Amino acid sequence: MEEKSQKSGDLWSGLALAALGVYIVAEARQWDYLAPEGPGAGFFPLWYGVAMIVLSLALVVSSVLRKASAADTAVDWQRVLRAFLSWLALVVCVALLKVLGFVLSYALFTFCVVAIMYARPLKSAALIAVTSAAGFYLIFPTALGVELPVGVFGF
Amino acid sequence: MDIISGLWNGFAVALVPINLWWCFVGVFLGTVVGIMPGLGPPATIAMLLPLTFQMAPASAMIMLSGIYYGAKYGGSTTSILLNVPGESASVVTCLDGYQMARKGRAGAALGIAAIASFIAGTVGVLGLMLVAPPLAKFALSFSSPEYFALMVLGLAMVVLLAGRSMLKALLAMLVGLWIATMGTDLFSSTSRFTFGNMEMLDGIDFVVVAIGIFALGEVFCNMETREAAQVLPVPKGLRNLLPTMQDMKDCRFAFINGSLVGFITGVLPGAGSTIASFISYGIEKAVSKRRELFGTGIIEGVAAPEGANNSETGGALVPLLTLGIPGSGTTAILLAALVLWGFKPGPLLIQEHPDLFWGLVASMYIGNVMLLVLNLPLVPVFAQLLRLPVHILYPLIFGISIVGVYTVSGSLFDLSMLMAFGLLGYLMRKLDYPAAPMVLGLVLGDAMERALRQSLMMSQGDLMILVGRPISAVMLGLALLVLLVPVFGRLNRLRLQAIESEE
Repeated sequence: MEEKSQKSGDLWSGLALAALGVYIVAEARQWDYLAPEGPGAGFFPLWYGVAMIVLSLALVVSSVLRKASAADTAVDWQRVLRAFLSWLALVVCVALLKVLGFVLSYALFTFCVVAIMYARPLKSAALIAVTSAAGFYLIFPTALGVELPVGVFGF
Repeated sequence: MDIISGLWNGFAVALVPINLWWCFVGVFLGTVVGIMPGLGPPATIAMLLPLTFQMAPASAMIMLSGIYYGAKYGGSTTSILLNVPGESASVVTCLDGYQMARKGRAGAALGIAAIASFIAGTVGVLGLMLVAPPLAKFALSFSSPEYFALMVLGLAMVVLLAGRSMLKALLAMLVGLWIATMGTDLFSSTSRFTFGNMEMLDGIDFVVVAIGIFALGEVFCNMETREAAQVLPVPKGLRNLLPTMQDMKDCRFAFINGSLVGFITGVLPGAGSTIASFISYGIEKAVSKRRELFGTGIIEGVAAPEGANNSETGGALVPLLTLGIPGSGTTAILLAALVLWGFKPGPLLIQEHPDLFWGLVASMYIGNVMLLVLNLPLVPVFAQLLRLPVHILYPLIFGISIVGVYTVSGSLFDLSMLMAFGLLGYLMRKLDYPAAPMVLGLVLGDAMERALRQSLMMSQGDLMILVGRPISAVMLGLALLVLLVPVFGRLNRLRLQAIESEE
């Protein structure tokens, strides 16, 4: 079952890239292939789009034909979930930038990572979150004059 | 004579206090990121690139290159004390370095790593200084077909050694080309792959892709576990870090071997410092009278690979600064940096901007001295960085990434793209798609399309122009041979061995 997941990674990524190749070729066909002054906007994308379709289908075929072996690394879904949750937390942080601004969003994000992902005590998570957010505020907008996203609270 | 006067002027640039400061900042940061497992030079350079836009280009290049070669010094510390490479180029140092540390000779291992890095790093800069100007002069005869062929060859070499599956490496490169063609076509003003979004008309900023793929992707991978490794103690005092006279005598050949192998490997696109360090380790073992002791904590086993991975930096800068062709993810980011600062990397760079080229060369001599000073007496201080908890480090990297991208454009749209590329970087790692060909495809895509279209304009659409000129024909022929390597069983086995050494 786990060996299958490695093989299916190649299969699904190959299919996704084949679909991307089809999209590229379909778009490129709407642009000039050859213009009076030489190759048009569609010339280069058409060629690499075709190459993408051919190579991704080769990947799909080879993953179907390949027998799962002991060399295939098993996917640890627990680990993938942890990484995905970290990504999701960062996405929420970026989504909140417009409303809360960088300092508050980043402090919240850091608090979540330290307290939830790394299971540290809430007090130390809060301390790390406040200190690092304050550090960013002092270094970038205050000391270096670099603008950061500002929220409804004005910072 | 040109070289001597160029170097003289270079020192005049590099010795300006502000450039000395940025050189120090670069090598210091390089040492820090080299020591930190999971944070490599491409990620760091990508994150800091936006902050260099307000700096003088020569200072910025001096600092970013300092990070590049400084990381090679720092990587050995982690390999020796933790048995985990701080930087991929230091993998092979684990073999004998960690064994030496376990036997109580961590000081000698760290000391010889710094000395070998200094000697070979300096030889690498010497090679860069001697080889780059004549190569640039030769490349002045190149026209669009030669440039196109050169870029094809560069990409083929990177694809060859980027990962086990050349198919995946090629696909990653094609995705890079796709991203490079997003935005407005400069020949015809056609909007391509913009999804009807106005913010995509200028294409996707390289910084967004590089930070997403390298920095975020890498950290998401590291965040999969909470594991922390055990650090072996570092002896205190400079005396305990200096190798003995016998150690130095044992390493004589290793210094020469590492210096030469590193530089030559560096000039070849795609080979990189990890392969350079493995080749020099292999040669050292093959010629040694006590080869059976390799892997048990032998000092030449540290000196040869550490020398090679430092000398490789000088070699890798040769094609970048003379032809505008990067051979790795890190040099691709440096190329993008040059373009963003308004330079046109290629054979005219040395002629048109001697201050930049010679200032960089001179700063590398100075930087190597700084690194020797930093890495000998201060190595116990740097080793403390290995105790910095990851739950503090990783949110800091995320914060710097967000600030870095926002600084470039002030656009929240770019931050959403950063999230997308961060996820893509993570998925590429999980699915075993190499990042270097994609980033190279992205960096070279625009120039490659331009060179191809200009070539076809020159020939009124006749593709034979690409193979009808001797230099481009030879380069395209070589690229074809490179791409056919997997077909030949023996050559493919050698390729896989080289890649396994990197993994």
